[in-house]
Amino acid sequence: MLTSRFLTSSALVLGLTGGAMAQDTSILVQSTTSTANSGLYDHLLPLFTEKTGIQVNVVAVGTGQAIQNAQNCDADVLLVHAKPAEEKFVAEGYGTQRTDLMYNDFVVVGPEADPAGVTGMTDAEAALAKIAEAGALFASRGDDSGTHKKELALWQAAGVDPATGSGDWYRETGSGMGATLNAGIGMGGYVLTDRATWISFDNKQDYTIAVEGDTDMFNQYGVIPVNPEKCPEVKIEAAQDFADWLVSAEGQAAIADYTIDGQQLFFPNAPQS
Amino acid sequence: MHTFTEAFSLALALILTGGSDLYQIVGLSLQVSLGATLVACALGLPLGALVAIARFRGRNLLLIVMNALMGLPPVVVGLLVYLQLSRSGPLGFLGLLYTPTAMVIAQTILITPIIAALSRQVLEDLHGEYAEQFRSLCLRPAQVMGALLWDGRHALLTVGLAGFGRAVAEVGAVMIVGGNIDHLTRVMTTAIALETSKGDLPLALALGLVLLGLALVINGAVQALRPAAQRPVHV
Repeated sequence: MLTSRFLTSSALVLGLTGGAMAQDTSILVQSTTSTANSGLYDHLLPLFTEKTGIQVNVVAVGTGQAIQNAQNCDADVLLVHAKPAEEKFVAEGYGTQRTDLMYNDFVVVGPEADPAGVTGMTDAEAALAKIAEAGALFASRGDDSGTHKKELALWQAAGVDPATGSGDWYRETGSGMGATLNAGIGMGGYVLTDRATWISFDNKQDYTIAVEGDTDMFNQYGVIPVNPEKCPEVKIEAAQDFADWLVSAEGQAAIADYTIDGQQLFFPNAPQS
Repeated sequence: MHTFTEAFSLALALILTGGSDLYQIVGLSLQVSLGATLVACALGLPLGALVAIARFRGRNLLLIVMNALMGLPPVVVGLLVYLQLSRSGPLGFLGLLYTPTAMVIAQTILITPIIAALSRQVLEDLHGEYAEQFRSLCLRPAQVMGALLWDGRHALLTVGLAGFGRAVAEVGAVMIVGGNIDHLTRVMTTAIALETSKGDLPLALALGLVLLGLALVINGAVQALRPAAQRPVHV
């Protein structure tokens, strides 16, 4: 009798937990962390849900992992920021169509002491070359994220192979943007970050933006519904509704409306038909 | 460091003024980890009892494996469960990924070895004391297991608490199979990881204090439930 009561209570616990997720009109978005950590979704999703009744669940991971998860069909929509990887995702048939959604830019943040003397520079490649030359600490994501891919492209343009300094002045944290900022600030190193994460980041200490304004540090976000031909379980209609709303005049205005301390974090640039 | 004082007052404010978000997160943490502990006990205690009284070839090897599995890294468990539950995985048709049920499954796998290995040790010691008596009564193995489990119930409660503690404190597995989705699969530890990554260290620490307080309350409640006779006598 004890056993049966025990089993009933276990089943109850499982049943309760199982029931909590049953929502027909919910979609799953695999997203980059910057859009989630900056609070953009907290601003956008209630507007969308109110209009359509579709619940949007967001899993925020690095762009590399987000794309991998979506390729495993564990997403209805992909929202990341690494255009070449996104185009490959669509070309291989995992996504139906990629649309430019919005942009912001990357910045290099550094400590007040500025050991490499790069503060105020606007040429990203020259600044990175200077950091490498000075052997100043640099904390890299090292996690195949969109920011990491951009950083590697910038190093390549600067003619520096940071791998030679790995573990020495070049520190690959292998973790998310926030964790990398915490680590970089903790060790007094420079960090490449997207502006949205930086503005909303609370543990800045004596750090400020050292390098900004280079067109090479442009950061484009794209939205892609996952292809039902590859992943039959995809809720393509709701996914398409979400993607359409984001790029609509209404969605774009909502993106532009989102500010922290009066600063706009993302700049909508979806092609308007 | 002023972060600590800030965290303490924030933790207090969080608990007092709470807000439904915090209660939801705390509630889900409890639901998932208690659920996993119940299932893990249902599996691990009989297994521990069986291995405690049985003698067979390869038993030593099994003990080593059971003990080693206590060190299962949560993130590896998360990854294994993810690969099974992913829509492209063998169990993808169940649609369990990114649900609390997936989190219960992952934590159950994580702590069942702990429950089994620790209860095996407890019950084997107990069996040593009673073995002759059992033999003289000609009890069947199932009866011996039942008697041992009942007699060792107070020590096994601590075993269960050890399992619960491991489950409620881990972040690696629930992060991967739950996805830390707001209002759906966000628990205390993933919320702490999220606030840390946002650089809001005082809030992260405050949530950590709330989690610690929760563990204190649960352990206190279990202690209070024990019959007075089982408590050590103070002289």
